[in-house]
Amino acid sequence: MNVGDQLPARDFPINRADLVRYAGASGDFNPIHWNERFAKSVGLPDVIAHGMFTMATAIRVVTDWAGDPGAVVEYAVRFTRPVVVPDSDGATLTVAGSVRAVREDGLAEVDLTATVDGQTVLAKARAVVRPPRPA
Amino acid sequence: MPVDQSYIGRVYPPTPPYEVGREKIREFADAINDPNPVYRDRAAAEKLGHPDVIAPPTFAIVVTTRAGHQVIMDPDLGVDYSRVVHGEQRFVHTRPIRAGDSLQVVVTVEDIRVAAGNDILTTRGEVHTVNGDPVCTAYSTIVVRGPGA
Repeated sequence: MNVGDQLPARDFPINRADLVRYAGASGDFNPIHWNERFAKSVGLPDVIAHGMFTMATAIRVVTDWAGDPGAVVEYAVRFTRPVVVPDSDGATLTVAGSVRAVREDGLAEVDLTATVDGQTVLAKARAVVRPPRPA
Repeated sequence: MPVDQSYIGRVYPPTPPYEVGREKIREFADAINDPNPVYRDRAAAEKLGHPDVIAPPTFAIVVTTRAGHQVIMDPDLGVDYSRVVHGEQRFVHTRPIRAGDSLQVVVTVEDIRVAAGNDILTTRGEVHTVNGDPVCTAYSTIVVRGPGA
């Protein structure tokens, strides 16, 4: 792991079924994540993804790169814009990363970008990752 | 009605133990479309030095959200849940959550402030095993949209 290492951009499609499954697995049944009529009644353009679903999806760029998801010792995001998931064709989350720093203790700080249709949905998204242990 | 700032520093009682099962971890990994075998196959997890299958880095939200509801639903605090949106989230892991863990959460109100007419509430959930071993700290910031927002 070196400063400037790039974690190449990946696309993650998100559809309504994903949100229903995530609601069940996480226990977050807020109807804004599965009920279009309810979402619109509270002023949203349509059903939106759970912020935590977006956060969980984005870190895959790091966990697949690190090899061991247990190497992620810290992970933080700010939710800046809802990910709108229309019934027709869903949404596509694009995530990329880069190593911004390697600390003296060997931990790498990775900055993530997460966008939908070119618009940032997670800001200040950063993971701190332990380097792979020697074989 | 603004959220009562005198609640900063309040600590809520530990949540009842939550037993982390292998099938729950698999269900969560399926739900985030992550096929990584370390979430499903004990041998794959052991190869990476884990005693059992581990949970994805955001799995702690399953236990900390329930714990955080003690705060959000506290009638004395005055949060209107229908106006709550998730603002920020941060996890600091002492070690990965794994199958077989029995976890409790102690929630503290870290901060309450007002910005642009909204109440911003940050909680800290200390996740530990029933034996008292620290596992994870989760910081959640919610925004309670004001009447004009």
